Amino acid sequence: MPEPFRVILFIIFVMAFAGLNAAYLVWCERKGAGHIQRRIGPKEVGPYGLLQPIADGIKLMTKQLFLPKGVDPILFMVAPLMVMVPAIMSFCVIPFSEIFVAREINIGLLMIFAFASVNVLGLLLGSWGSANKYAVIAGARCVSQNVAYEIPMLITTITMVMVTNTMNLNEIVRLQDGWFWHWYVFRLDISLLMPVAFLIFFVCSLAETNRAPFDMAEAESELIAGTYTEYPGMGFGVFFMGEYANIVIGCALTTILFLGGWQSPIPLDFSGFLGVIWGLFWFLLKLYALIFTVIWIRWTYPRTQFYELLNLSWKVLIPFSLFNLILTALQIKIFPWL
Amino acid sequence: MVPLFSAEGFSSLIFIFIVIVTVLGAVIATHSVRLIRAVTGLAICCTGLAGLYYYLNSPFVALMEMLIYVGAVCVTIVFAIMLADPKPDVEVGKGSVFTGPLSFALGIILFWGLSTLAGKTPWVFPSARVNDGSLEAVGKALLTNFSMVFELISVVLLIAIIGSLVLARQGRTRTGGES
Repeated sequence: MPEPFRVILFIIFVMAFAGLNAAYLVWCERKGAGHIQRRIGPKEVGPYGLLQPIADGIKLMTKQLFLPKGVDPILFMVAPLMVMVPAIMSFCVIPFSEIFVAREINIGLLMIFAFASVNVLGLLLGSWGSANKYAVIAGARCVSQNVAYEIPMLITTITMVMVTNTMNLNEIVRLQDGWFWHWYVFRLDISLLMPVAFLIFFVCSLAETNRAPFDMAEAESELIAGTYTEYPGMGFGVFFMGEYANIVIGCALTTILFLGGWQSPIPLDFSGFLGVIWGLFWFLLKLYALIFTVIWIRWTYPRTQFYELLNLSWKVLIPFSLFNLILTALQIKIFPWL
Repeated sequence: MVPLFSAEGFSSLIFIFIVIVTVLGAVIATHSVRLIRAVTGLAICCTGLAGLYYYLNSPFVALMEMLIYVGAVCVTIVFAIMLADPKPDVEVGKGSVFTGPLSFALGIILFWGLSTLAGKTPWVFPSARVNDGSLEAVGKALLTNFSMVFELISVVLLIAIIGSLVLARQGRTRTGGES
């Protein structure tokens, strides 16, 4: 198949994946929340409530797209797209399996960070455009939180790039070939603080995607719905699809950098079609295990105070990630043969 | 003339689209009355610029443009607007009679200078720069040819940090924490 058609096919697949995934993650979230809180969650629509997301989607789409008085109409409508579109762009470089990737570019890691950074702009414009006090407070909180957590995240990423020597995501996964102790999270011989780096990266990706306990952008008990307060119908829906797509990207990046991506924990290699399925299986298993952890955390920990969030980033995560950077550099310099 | 339904045709269509987006973003940035819309225009313009860099076979610079200008600079400006809370529909004062012709003349000078520079520079052909944007190339460039620029940027950042610290301290001592 010629390359452009392959890429277009993949992008269509990725868009379908992002949409369906968002819908069914909402179901997982509600079901998970239900079970964690000793309820059953959605159960009426379809078996185990499996058709609930479709019903929700139809409800959101049939709602009137109402423009509240005083909003900036252009910014108000563009903001949800600015959260959703970059997320879909980032999906294009994520290797679901060795050959199951839309475009394998050498600076894939940079591409994901470049597009992920637009997310905040969307939230900010949406909150300012809705001309609502709560939304503006949420926007201000959101940006100070994202700026704070982007620093340790990028420092940890730099550490990983130093270790891997490449920003090609597929190449990073290939370097973790073999038994599961070759995954970077277990490679204490490269950096003694590797598990800590994993933890820092995961916490930062939670904060970057505005998930509880870092969901300062929404904070429904204090700010009604924060940035989303004024959004009706599908405007709100698109924001949420963007949020779930961002969660998937954060977890996929954690999987690729630390948990060996599509590598299986035991060195069993299949060729051809079976090999693709095998890689896909392990990638999705790791990805959804991480996503489940994200949901689990949301329904286990309460939202903390805003100042404590900023303190955690500036006083704990940044010093630790800087120390990890120096330690890794030293270890690579002293033991270059590892 | 390249046929439209070919790889080159589509690629030139996308190129024209990117140029239009860049110019449109710039016009929005300079001509909108509301500050927040001007910033959005700037963001659009920078996205278009990133697209142009991509067409110039420099994906690394393109992504850096997105990361720094759209993701960091525009966000910082929006944040500053939020903190300053400007009145939404303030009439922007007209400049004096000389503003128009003067800026036109300056624009022509700038355009002339840049285009002469572009014409005289010995550009490296894309095929010779395949490894641009690889980590080794960027690292070597930053620590050899462009180390002066790199160090100067760090000085600028240091000054910015000191300046913001001075401002913050003043605010605390004068008003006693709450403002």
